Amino acid sequence: MATPIPLRVLEGHARAYRHTWRGTTIGAIATPVLFLTAMGLGLGQLVDDRGTGALGELSYLAWLTPGLLAASAMQAGAADGTFPVLAGTRWVKTYHTAVASPVRPRDLHLGNLLWAAIRISVIGVVFVVVAAAFGAVPLHRGLLALGPAVLTGVAFCAALSAGVVLLLRDQFLAGLNRFVVVPLFLFSGTFFPVEQLPPAAGAIARALPLWHGVELTRALALGTSPALAWPVHLGVVVALLVAGVVAGTVTFDRRLRP
Amino acid sequence: MPPVVEARALTKRFGTFTAVDGIDVEVARGEAFGFLGPNGAGKTSAMRMIGAASPVTDGHLRVLGMDPETHGAEIRARLGVVPQEDALDQELTVAENLAIYGRYFDLPRAVIRERIDELLEFVQLSERRRQRVDPLSGGMKRRVVIARALINDPEVMLLDEPTTGLDPQARHVLWDRLFQLQQRGITLLLTTHYMDEAEQLCDRLVVMDAGRIVAEGGPSALIAAHATREVVELRLGPEADAPASVALLEGTGHRVEALPDRILVYADDGDALVREVHARGLQPTAVLTRRATLEDVFLRLTGRALVD
Repeated sequence: MATPIPLRVLEGHARAYRHTWRGTTIGAIATPVLFLTAMGLGLGQLVDDRGTGALGELSYLAWLTPGLLAASAMQAGAADGTFPVLAGTRWVKTYHTAVASPVRPRDLHLGNLLWAAIRISVIGVVFVVVAAAFGAVPLHRGLLALGPAVLTGVAFCAALSAGVVLLLRDQFLAGLNRFVVVPLFLFSGTFFPVEQLPPAAGAIARALPLWHGVELTRALALGTSPALAWPVHLGVVVALLVAGVVAGTVTFDRRLRP
Repeated sequence: MPPVVEARALTKRFGTFTAVDGIDVEVARGEAFGFLGPNGAGKTSAMRMIGAASPVTDGHLRVLGMDPETHGAEIRARLGVVPQEDALDQELTVAENLAIYGRYFDLPRAVIRERIDELLEFVQLSERRRQRVDPLSGGMKRRVVIARALINDPEVMLLDEPTTGLDPQARHVLWDRLFQLQQRGITLLLTTHYMDEAEQLCDRLVVMDAGRIVAEGGPSALIAAHATREVVELRLGPEADAPASVALLEGTGHRVEALPDRILVYADDGDALVREVHARGLQPTAVLTRRATLEDVFLRLTGRALVD
């Protein structure tokens, strides 16, 4: 029986990963260690001394960890939705070669997303294990919280790659990181509750998909209830994923089958 | 058996720009067929449509007897494509680049391993199998691309500017490999803006300009039809009066063509013409008598040089 085409693309990613896994794995371990040490323990000490009523009387480290997990997954998804896509369309043009085979543009998009899901899961598992070693989250709760975190990461990957595939120049990339990824990372309830923001900014943060992913991840990690009903949060993240998949099938085709 | 390519009034438009303007092409099995023309003539757009990698705007196209619109994947499964840019993953080894591409065709892994052995031997890169692509020379990378295009054992190869940017020796190695492939019965379709490449490789070719076919035939037939047997190139030096010289040359050969740096005179007997030039009192700084090429055909048909 023929292998579904997106799985052939996935296999290509896995084969290529044999050459890059060392560097990315070291990054996957180093990032949570650095953040949890600096923010969770260093900054957390200050926060905890002032009292954590706004965080539900949790230690700052415990409160921060799931937010960081979701935001790191988003960042990993954003990275997978930008650099490899530009390499495929512009820098190396491997996508143009792929679509000369039976692989169609939409197979590339789906295969990429499957790969992103695996990669983000691996990064997430590393994160959770490290965080559990820090005593920041019980291991089983952390692993449970991986679900919504990975979903969030893949959704961002889908949405970004759908746009990035159309880019004809590289300069958007810096702006994308500066004006989209970093603000999301900082202001989506990752490092502090969105209630701390001025009301208007808080409303914007609540409208952004990452906040919903953070809420789901945090609720599962802490065993609490999210800010809104579960289906609302889940609905927003899934909607982003579906929009990214559907838009990408159109934009990949437009770019790669001129 | 249906022809490899059957195109009638094939047209490709991007918005208001017409890249391919109603061309008729038929390529038989086993042929080596070329699209010759300058950059922007529509060669690549035509090849993309034939490769089922770009939708047809208008006209009729069948590739291996199938409609690319409805049977794109089936067509692509039987083609080997050598794109203008290598598009090799530089970080991966030669063999991995081939293996990943082979899996796109869903070839069994054992078959891929076997084919990689054969193909690397064919392109004379067996000893590079486990090396990264990055440090290879341009000619070697091009041969890896040829091997990659052959991984699915294609019936037809589409080659877009196969030797552009390579040094003469590397080009000859590549031409030799492509000739071998044709000997094995693989149909070759290639685009080029080098007349020597078209003459070396093509049984038959079309000359394209601004999206249209301006001439069609075998290389030597085209030269016979649109140029003379020989061409005399005269260089006059910077202070010479070119229009006066052209006027002086009137009637010496079949045709006189003034280019920015030299004057071409078309003649059946070059040596006789050179004697006549001197007899008329013209003293060029350099004289070269050569065989007419497809470059001359293109100049004749379009009034422009092929490579500028």
